Amino acid sequence: MEYFVQQLINGLTLGAIYGLIAIGYTMVYGIIGMINFAHGEIFMIGAFTSLLTFLVLGAAGISWVPLALFLALAITMLLTPIYGWTLERVAYRPLRGSPRLAALITAIGMSIFLQNYVQLLQGARNKPMQPIIRGGFELMREGDFVVLLSYLQIFIILLTVGLMIVFTLIIHRTALGRAQRACEQDRGMAALVGINVDRTISLTFVMGAALASVAGFIFLINYGVIDFFIGFLAGIKAFTAAVLGGIGSLPGAMLGGFLIGLIEAFWSGYFTVEYKDVAAFGILVLVLIFRPTGLLGKPDIEKV
Amino acid sequence: MGDTTARTPAANPGVDWAALAKESVLTALVVLGLSVYMIGLKAEDVTGGLAIITRYDSVAIVTVLAFLLRAALVLVRSGVYLPVILVCGALAVAMTGLLGAWWATGEEMSAYLPFGDPVVNGLLDLMLIALAVRAALRLRASLHGPAKAMTQEEKEAKAARFVKNFSMFAGPALLAFALIYPFLPFVDRFYLDVAVLVMTYVMLGWGLNIVVGLAGLLDLGYVAFYAVGAYSYALLATNFDLGFWVCLPFAGVMAASFGLLLGFPVLRLRGDYLAIVTLGFGEIIRVILLNWYQFTNGPDGISGIPKPTFFGLPLVRRAADGGETFHQFFNMQYSTTDRIVFLYYVILILAMVTNLFTMRIRKLPIGRAWEALREDEIACRSLGINPTNTKLTAFAIGAMFAGFAGSFFATRQGFISPESFTFIESAVILAVVVLGGMGSQIGVVVAAVILIGLPEIFRDLQQYRMLAFGGAMVLIMLWRPAGLLAFREPTIRLWKGGGKPEPGNEKAAAEAGP
Repeated sequence: MEYFVQQLINGLTLGAIYGLIAIGYTMVYGIIGMINFAHGEIFMIGAFTSLLTFLVLGAAGISWVPLALFLALAITMLLTPIYGWTLERVAYRPLRGSPRLAALITAIGMSIFLQNYVQLLQGARNKPMQPIIRGGFELMREGDFVVLLSYLQIFIILLTVGLMIVFTLIIHRTALGRAQRACEQDRGMAALVGINVDRTISLTFVMGAALASVAGFIFLINYGVIDFFIGFLAGIKAFTAAVLGGIGSLPGAMLGGFLIGLIEAFWSGYFTVEYKDVAAFGILVLVLIFRPTGLLGKPDIEKV
Repeated sequence: MGDTTARTPAANPGVDWAALAKESVLTALVVLGLSVYMIGLKAEDVTGGLAIITRYDSVAIVTVLAFLLRAALVLVRSGVYLPVILVCGALAVAMTGLLGAWWATGEEMSAYLPFGDPVVNGLLDLMLIALAVRAALRLRASLHGPAKAMTQEEKEAKAARFVKNFSMFAGPALLAFALIYPFLPFVDRFYLDVAVLVMTYVMLGWGLNIVVGLAGLLDLGYVAFYAVGAYSYALLATNFDLGFWVCLPFAGVMAASFGLLLGFPVLRLRGDYLAIVTLGFGEIIRVILLNWYQFTNGPDGISGIPKPTFFGLPLVRRAADGGETFHQFFNMQYSTTDRIVFLYYVILILAMVTNLFTMRIRKLPIGRAWEALREDEIACRSLGINPTNTKLTAFAIGAMFAGFAGSFFATRQGFISPESFTFIESAVILAVVVLGGMGSQIGVVVAAVILIGLPEIFRDLQQYRMLAFGGAMVLIMLWRPAGLLAFREPTIRLWKGGGKPEPGNEKAAAEAGP
């Protein structure tokens, strides 16, 4: 039981990262129907931006933890989305209306480009960072085994849940969210009623990138080590999460993210760490075979 | 930033300076935002953690350059040609001169250039040249009066004619070139190695073309079958002492059965779901190869994989068991390049078999069914084609060729490990297919030469190699979204008058077809 609770906490933390990235995938897929393969790299750039901000703050002598966390988060969420915007503007917008595979290839190309860009500018070695938030609660104890809920994990889960609530409100309550939902249903019709489709799509990329950059921030403070290659696996897992939850569905992406995180944590805890990726993909295949549109996805009706 | 004015050449040039300033400042701001952290700061490893170093001079240069280049672009768009040509041209000439001097004398010239690195300077030089050329072309067009504007259809027809002619002549010419390639005077060992690598990707591209180009199934895990082929041969050869030619068919069968195994449950998924499941499958295979230590030797890989023999004659200096070797049998001088030449012909033959197979199978009912299924699945179902079985054959046949290529890879390298079979390989193979123009056989060759051959030849620039690779993928796709040699012609026509390919043209038409 104690071990189970501990894995549950670990899984939720991991799931928060996947869920935040998955939202970006699912939004872009919903609105322009393409897999944004470079989204994982935006996450990676977010992690690097956070790291650099922490280093600058450290050099400037700001050591009060809440202020440092707030500033790092704010700067990351401000700067990283510029990459998301540029990505859409340079690599995807010119290809709108082209064969779908063309955009997929530019996405893969941009992913390779951004990885090497960061490697070139920041070096290929691992970047370690001192933990910023230490300590935690002791939830349960059985013999020597202590179930620990660290302050860091509380912070991560609160931050994620808070962001998801804000985000859901934006989608459901604001004019921008309405425009996004309209573009998702029918881009041509949305343009006819006066929605600036290009601008809406750009803002979708900006929002997705902002969430991915928060995921990068969380990854950095949770694991403490980043390199230029972290975007690939996290991106694929997050995309798996988006598909698992039903691609195009926002609650699905969050659910899928937490599910993938939990599956990985439990598989590593009870079976083998080496095969945790196999477990995640295996579950995905099973879900798709029995529910081809994912858990919360709407079935699309095929018309002739 | 509306590009609407871009397509209407201004009759009387008038520059809207406010718009110019706005656009340029916006561009500069975006570039500043992009560079202020990634370029401006670096987390440097020092003892006891990370330290920060600043490079704000580069950020300033990049931002100013972005402002100027954007302004020049806007000027060209609003009809100011001559000043742009003069300024950009002069700067480009100066930069080329300085870079040339740097390269020729090895003397550090960075004091006179904006960046410290020759490659970055070269990139800027290229941008200046592109701007000057663009302005010059516009200027010529404006001097010759309003050019006869080609409609989109005329442009497409022109491109299609070019592609058709190109494919007709390029196919046989390329084959002839490939046949004599090892004996050309400039070809040394290095160029042979590059050619073998390119041919491997051509073969993989042709194999994947069956799945993606013909059947229209997006497969992001093609490398899994490549890995299965490679490991099948490596394990058989090292454990049971079997030769390459015996194992080759077996590796193909093995890969094809993995294709069936994967395809059976997932092929009823559509489009992107299929893409992610195949991607997942590729990763699963890699993870298993990495962790099943007793069977695959894990991350250490398998070494000592034997080389192929020429009808039983090994291409070595001295045969192991005192048998006859290739050069003894043919009474030739032993040379180490013989083996590479032999490997080159092996992969050439394997690739040509793939090509021939694809071209012939397209004319069989199954090939026609693939293409029909790609176009419209519902119509196919209503005509009594079983979509699952049809897709499954495409998947399995594509996998089989990947298996052949995999066992060739194993025998060429002599050593394989899971590291060779990462997702990036799948992406590269897919890029070769899509960049070439989906379904175009010649296109795969052209794309493989550009994507695989050129980076190998420019290995000196190694740190920029992958950066340029990713950038090239994006640029080529933006330049020709349908692929380099994309051209769709119906494989069959109803009316003879509509131009059924003459017997002589059949091959070229099939090659260039959809």
